[in-house]
Amino acid sequence: MIDKLVGSAAEAVAEVRDGATILVGGFGTAGMPIVLIDALIAQGAKDLTIVSNNAGNGDTGLAALLASGRVRKVVCSFPRQTDSWVFDGLYRAGKIELEVVPQGNLAERIRAAGAGIGAFYCPTGYGTLLAGDRETRRINGRDYVLEFPIQADVALIKAYKGDRWGNLVYRKTARNFGPVMAMAAQMTIAEVNEVVPLGALDPEVIVTPGIFVERLVRVAA
Amino acid sequence: MAANLANLKRLSRKQMAARVARDIPEGAYVNLGIGLPTLVADFLPSGKDVFLHSENGLLGMGPAPAKGAEDLDLINAGKQPVTALPGAAFFHHADSFAMMRGGHLDICVLGAFQVSVMGDLANWHSGEKDAIPAVGGAMDLAIGAKRTFIMMEHFTKAGDSKIVPTCTYPLTAKACVSRIYTDLAVIDVTREGLVVREMVEALSLGELATLTGVALADGRSTAGSAG
Repeated sequence: MIDKLVGSAAEAVAEVRDGATILVGGFGTAGMPIVLIDALIAQGAKDLTIVSNNAGNGDTGLAALLASGRVRKVVCSFPRQTDSWVFDGLYRAGKIELEVVPQGNLAERIRAAGAGIGAFYCPTGYGTLLAGDRETRRINGRDYVLEFPIQADVALIKAYKGDRWGNLVYRKTARNFGPVMAMAAQMTIAEVNEVVPLGALDPEVIVTPGIFVERLVRVAA
Repeated sequence: MAANLANLKRLSRKQMAARVARDIPEGAYVNLGIGLPTLVADFLPSGKDVFLHSENGLLGMGPAPAKGAEDLDLINAGKQPVTALPGAAFFHHADSFAMMRGGHLDICVLGAFQVSVMGDLANWHSGEKDAIPAVGGAMDLAIGAKRTFIMMEHFTKAGDSKIVPTCTYPLTAKACVSRIYTDLAVIDVTREGLVVREMVEALSLGELATLTGVALADGRSTAGSAG
């Protein structure tokens, strides 16, 4: 019998290695896997590269991970927010590397990693600072920039309900990056509010099929 | 001689929003950017279906919830609580940006620091050296919709025109803007250059062009009568 549910968040993140690249779900705090992030902080892995839409809010979750000093680099679309003081301080002190990626490119580069795409031409960012010196190409009269997938060792995501095979459904706009991140990592760990019996999730509405999920942790809603 | 700006009947932010809303037909799929463009939602005709898209994974976005009814899992791109209308759909980020990049979205309305005569847009980076860069969905939105509307004050607080020969701020996207709505005029970006469709009273086209610092063609339906 396969049961992907593990007993604790600490157990779920136990093997995360120093230097790992970690996808962290969430748009602001909606969909942010707070319990898994706290477990990662306690676990102690360092020199991490974090890929997430934002660079932390307030002092909890991703912001607390950054504050712990274990993150070498952040890849995100929108680090600067009214409550991103932890990141802002580290960035201005030169203590953290930043790669800014347009939000849709971030999602598509993660999706590409999960879908086995080697690279893709994308019109977003053409002719801007964020295209850097990457290859460009004109296709049918439109200009594109070559974008590469973002591969990751671990994805930490939050879903609403899951079953022991790892099938997931999400809640409202907390879905955001969860489904694409689940596809793109060697080890995807989902925290869910509810674990339901096999068959309880309608196969027609499962958003992330269990093949993309390695571990599940139940957390309080 | 240039008109005295202080004497002009400039549109208020709400009037600008109402003007943009007039150009949004029933059935349109629309993304309203953070800031000034969000006001447009208040002026969409009630009883007609306009589909509002929020890039964090929602089509059929409704207004802000009543106090106490906020759901932190149901937010807009500005991370404010919103509601989902009957018929709304949730989706993940890659699908959401495919809706833009794939040309499915009809209109996006964005704010701007600068728009060039070529329709280049600068709206993501102040250009200050110590600014922390943050782009969010700006670059994807600018190139994604079939039509990109810009809604902005005509001048900066310092009095400089935000419509410029060439953007001096870092670009968001090249040649992406279809139409510009300011507190003074409605201007189309065309292959032949900028064409004024409407402008406030008591201002001549020549005066507007002088104030703006770029060439403006007259495309008003009642050309010559309002100046």
